Amino acid sequence: MTPEEEQLIRARQRSRSIVMALVLGALALLFFGITIAKMAG
Amino acid sequence: MASNASLLSGDDAVSGVPIPADWRDFVALTKPRVMTLVVFTGLCGLLVAPGHLPPILAFTAILCIALGAGAAGALNQWYEADRDARMKRTARRPLPAGRMDRQAALHFGVGLSFFSVLLMGVAANWFAAAILAVSILFYVFVYTIWLKPRTAQNIVIGGAAGAFPPLIGWAAVTGGVAPLPIALFMLIFFWTPPHFWSLALFVRMDYANAGIPMLPVVAGEAATRRQILLYTGIMAAAALAPVVLGLTGLIYGAVALVGTGLFALMAVQVALHRESDPARMGPEKRLFKYSVLYLFLMFAAVVVDHWVHLA
Repeated sequence: MTPEEEQLIRARQRSRSIVMALVLGALALLFFGITIAKMAG
Repeated sequence: MASNASLLSGDDAVSGVPIPADWRDFVALTKPRVMTLVVFTGLCGLLVAPGHLPPILAFTAILCIALGAGAAGALNQWYEADRDARMKRTARRPLPAGRMDRQAALHFGVGLSFFSVLLMGVAANWFAAAILAVSILFYVFVYTIWLKPRTAQNIVIGGAAGAFPPLIGWAAVTGGVAPLPIALFMLIFFWTPPHFWSLALFVRMDYANAGIPMLPVVAGEAATRRQILLYTGIMAAAALAPVVLGLTGLIYGAVALVGTGLFALMAVQVALHRESDPARMGPEKRLFKYSVLYLFLMFAAVVVDHWVHLA
């Protein structure tokens, strides 16, 4: 594997990790909101 | 567990080393443009339903409709990757373009399907979740796998899959269904054939090359033009039914009358047009574009009409 290939793979992995972290964070907030709404209801 | 090579993509592979698919390709797999109309019609169903759903739960219900539609789109692209590669319109999608591995698309689609249905059940109710599940299964198994490669009536029956969102939105609030969401279901159901066939007329060769028996490929252009007109007539009846049955008010009635009248006028132009060159199919392209705007307008009118009556 050349350095360019490795850099490309790392860049893809990094961007996917960032998106996954954002999605998981949003889901945590969403489930918190759903729980509060259900408890209030 | 699958090997790294099987999990990673094709064309992006450098010197035999596979590259993970970009996250944007996963988004593309969900057919975001189609999702817009699905989300909007689902939102309208939710907004006109009697009762109250806390905003966070209403948001979650719409999110589930979007995710469910995205999941169905991903599974559709997973199953049709080979066919998509033979069509100019779809050849640049992540799978036919080789930017993503098929197995990754399958896992993504199945995972998203389960997640959307379970979340709908938890946040709204299990009746809405059941309709969402049926709509995903209908789109994947009845439309994509069974009807689409076998019959020219594929989008007539398969159109039901895209008609579920107003029912789901309504059910998320009420836990049941009623005449109005059923009327909205019928509107989308009968809108689908003229919408798709107007597109199929000017991308006929694409469908023919991919071996998909769309009506213009199987029955010819003249028959397709007649069928567009016929289904526009049925769609017009479905569009006016809510106001005739007293399910909506005159605001919707006025929009339905003018909007459907324009639709019918364009359908007549398509029916009378005799042109086989896609580059010269102006009326067909116009009808296709207008049909999208038409559905947005009709559903927006249902909501405005409902709000005016509440005020």
